[in-house]
Amino acid sequence: MKQPLVTVNKSVRKIDGLSMATGRAQYVDDVHVRGMLWAKLLASPHAHAKILDIDISQAQKIPGVVCILTHKDLPRVPHTTAGQGYPEPSPYDSYVLDKKVRFVGDRVAAVAAETRDAAERAVRAIKVTYEILTPVLDAEHAMDDDAPKIHDEEDSLRIADPEKNLAAEVGFSVGKNFFEDSDYIFDRTFVTQYAQHCPIEPHITMAWFDEQDRIVIRTSTQVPFHARRIVAQALRVPVKRVRVIKPRVGGGFGAKQEVLNEQIVAALALATHRPVKLEYTRAEETISARTRHPMIIHLRSGLKKDGTITDFDLDVISNTGAYGTHALTVGCNTGSKVLPLYRAKNVKFNMRAVYTNMPVGGAYRGYGATQGAFAMECLIDEMAERLAMDPLEFRKRNHIRLGESSPVFKALGEGREGVAQSIESCGLDQCIDLGAREIGWREKHGKPKGKGPIKRGVGVACLMQGSSIPGIDMGAATIKMNEDGSFNLLMGATDLGTGSDTVLAQIAAEVLGIRESDIVVYSSDTDMTPFDVGAYASSTTFLSGMAVKKAAEQARDQILHVAGKMLETDPADAILQDGMVVMANGRRLSLKEVALHSLYILDQFQIMGSSSHITHTSPPPFAAHFCEVEVDEETGQVTVLSYVAAVDCGTAINPRLAEGQTEGAVLNGISYALVEEICFDPKGRPRNATWQYYKIFNTQDAPPIKTILVPTWEPTGPYGAKSVSEISINGPMPCIANAIYDAIGIRLREAPFTAEKVLKALKLRARGRRME
Amino acid sequence: MKLEMKLNGKDVSFEIAGPELLLDLLRDNGYFGAKRGCDNGDCGSCAVQVDGKSICSCIYFAGQAHGREVTTIEGLGTMEHPHALQETFVECGAVQCGSCIPGMLLSAKELLDECPSPKDADIREALDGNLCRCTGYTKQFEAVKVAAKRIIEGKSKGRKPARGGKSR
Repeated sequence: MKQPLVTVNKSVRKIDGLSMATGRAQYVDDVHVRGMLWAKLLASPHAHAKILDIDISQAQKIPGVVCILTHKDLPRVPHTTAGQGYPEPSPYDSYVLDKKVRFVGDRVAAVAAETRDAAERAVRAIKVTYEILTPVLDAEHAMDDDAPKIHDEEDSLRIADPEKNLAAEVGFSVGKNFFEDSDYIFDRTFVTQYAQHCPIEPHITMAWFDEQDRIVIRTSTQVPFHARRIVAQALRVPVKRVRVIKPRVGGGFGAKQEVLNEQIVAALALATHRPVKLEYTRAEETISARTRHPMIIHLRSGLKKDGTITDFDLDVISNTGAYGTHALTVGCNTGSKVLPLYRAKNVKFNMRAVYTNMPVGGAYRGYGATQGAFAMECLIDEMAERLAMDPLEFRKRNHIRLGESSPVFKALGEGREGVAQSIESCGLDQCIDLGAREIGWREKHGKPKGKGPIKRGVGVACLMQGSSIPGIDMGAATIKMNEDGSFNLLMGATDLGTGSDTVLAQIAAEVLGIRESDIVVYSSDTDMTPFDVGAYASSTTFLSGMAVKKAAEQARDQILHVAGKMLETDPADAILQDGMVVMANGRRLSLKEVALHSLYILDQFQIMGSSSHITHTSPPPFAAHFCEVEVDEETGQVTVLSYVAAVDCGTAINPRLAEGQTEGAVLNGISYALVEEICFDPKGRPRNATWQYYKIFNTQDAPPIKTILVPTWEPTGPYGAKSVSEISINGPMPCIANAIYDAIGIRLREAPFTAEKVLKALKLRARGRRME
Repeated sequence: MKLEMKLNGKDVSFEIAGPELLLDLLRDNGYFGAKRGCDNGDCGSCAVQVDGKSICSCIYFAGQAHGREVTTIEGLGTMEHPHALQETFVECGAVQCGSCIPGMLLSAKELLDECPSPKDADIREALDGNLCRCTGYTKQFEAVKVAAKRIIEGKSKGRKPARGGKSR
């Protein structure tokens, strides 16, 4: 039932915003720990090599060097660095340090020294003898019979087929007689590139010992609880000996859904019994952290003349790089978060994630759906064109609707079978209508525009994502009341800059009839807060939000009980409002009075609630994105003039923060679509690892971005909320591709759409026309 | 060598060994507001003001600041008495992870000192050395505009905007 909302659906200030804006907020590196050692990792210069010998004798002589670890010094425990639920759906193909290197940037040894300079010098002084192996640098040929084997170790676990460099494979098929009923068949291949998350704060981890000799890890992570579990596993120490603290995090975007450096930093701390800090440089972040899986996507579809889509056949080769972290699940999402958007009676999906000797794919906002949406939305545009139908009308006619289901939901989950569900909230039509009006679709689409070589066009893309992983993800929260009527909210949920601490405080405040500023939030400390899987899968608002709501409701019930006794009134119809308990008969008590009574006066007890939440559905948010582009036919340069993102995220708990999620995702997506790409030399060495050469969009590059939030009510979410964080990164690539087509009549299926590629396509077309 | 500077309005001195970078000096002395993002001067998250001009402290020798006025984000305003820009950045939702914010605020402050009523293009140019991966910059443009207006109207919630940089 809808209820009048007081704090929820209000753009309150981000509760940690001012501390960030005044430099008070404490990120990992913003504390001094006495006696801290600097760590540095030796990175492999080779894409594929066996380590025959490591000579550390010269490095050890450098003054200030305290410890050097190689694979000989650590237990050999196959594990995954993917920060996922247990048992992880990613193969156990990683070791804290190994005797083989599998990509340029793979780790060979770790140094801890008194100064950064000493650590850097020591790393350079380590002499490694390699047996250089032939690298696999082409995902399409990674499965060839004569391709070198990347994971030839015997102790790795759950690799789909190490003989074929196949990290993971998944597929399903529903329906029969594929393509028999279709009047038209479309068959297209799309290619996406290597890209990096580029959080402004690179990976950084500290570890030290507390007075109980336990290992305390202060780290920039999206998954503190998974980090605790995986560190314990990889170093063979009990979970109870590890504490993980997540302070403020300087952005993650999926890069930090990874237990990347916590193991090695903890290993150095254990070896030295000193505090240790490791901070990636920007180049290390780009090369040695994680990336977005490049994919080769082969999409076939069948279409009837009446506008009905009959078939989809989606075949994906995903390049997971040297390790299979998130390989299966990212690939699953390429189908599961894309195929259900449009009805088709026959749907087939197959995904193979292959190893190469290249940087490691991982979780990246959008999580595979980004690549899939590129293929799907470009093809949908082409299908509409074949029927001479408006692309908006075609999408409206075919997209999933309220009350409908898709067989894909059941057929494909994250790393396993999915969960059947039907759509209980959908504002996509309204998103399409409002977005179209804002961009001026009717006036602009399909019309020749522009002067001379400068052509203009508009494009559209429709999107869905999920909200949490059903049946797998769990979030928990505890809330307790203080003497002044304020509350401590303790939760595992992980704010990495997204504003989840604020959003979750708003949910608790709504239940308790107080302001969010009367809630003291403490999140993500494995000693102090309840469990939460962490910040991924668009789950925090939807899943952890429900845990917070339930915990707050327990506290509310206790408050009403105490107030009822104090006023000798039945609290049945009482409400909490403006920091007061208001009885049905109009009598009132402040929360402060209730708190003091419960703590000090009579039948004393701590008013507190504690709750967990799991979900059995993953309601999709929906979005319609529009953009207008300008293409210079003389240079190939594509410029986005304006961008509109209309988003149905259910109830936006904090509309301004939801807009911020959307705008940030959109600009990241535009930058990815147009310029971002890690380039490699023939030996697999990245050529553009710093921001001087790996371009991300700045203020001068950013087009005006307009967000339109379309409210719907999702009955399974807290106060009607669904997710908002990931969906909008999936739009720009197809949206811009479709706009480029509208401008110059060329469909680009290989990203990014650099000036060179556009110019090449224009020249090819001109040549083709001359040939005719 | 002894390094003397005015830091956030106070005369201070540090012993430095030699080619120490300003970012390291500041952070080693507890001025954590300047962030380390790239060590190449590409991202601007380490930006501070030297004599009122925004510079990347990760590629600026501490010794270069000798005899100059340095303002870090801690000198722009406090949680109790924030600068108008700090307020509007929070109000407008321009702060997400916050890593780029100290540098961006100091660039914005330099802009408003020189150009009290900036146009959109001025704001884009002034902030183009401060990379942000969270926001898409939309809210930050808005925040600078609102702050400019508020400073001119001189009614930042009844308080005078905190002063920093060269005005000190």
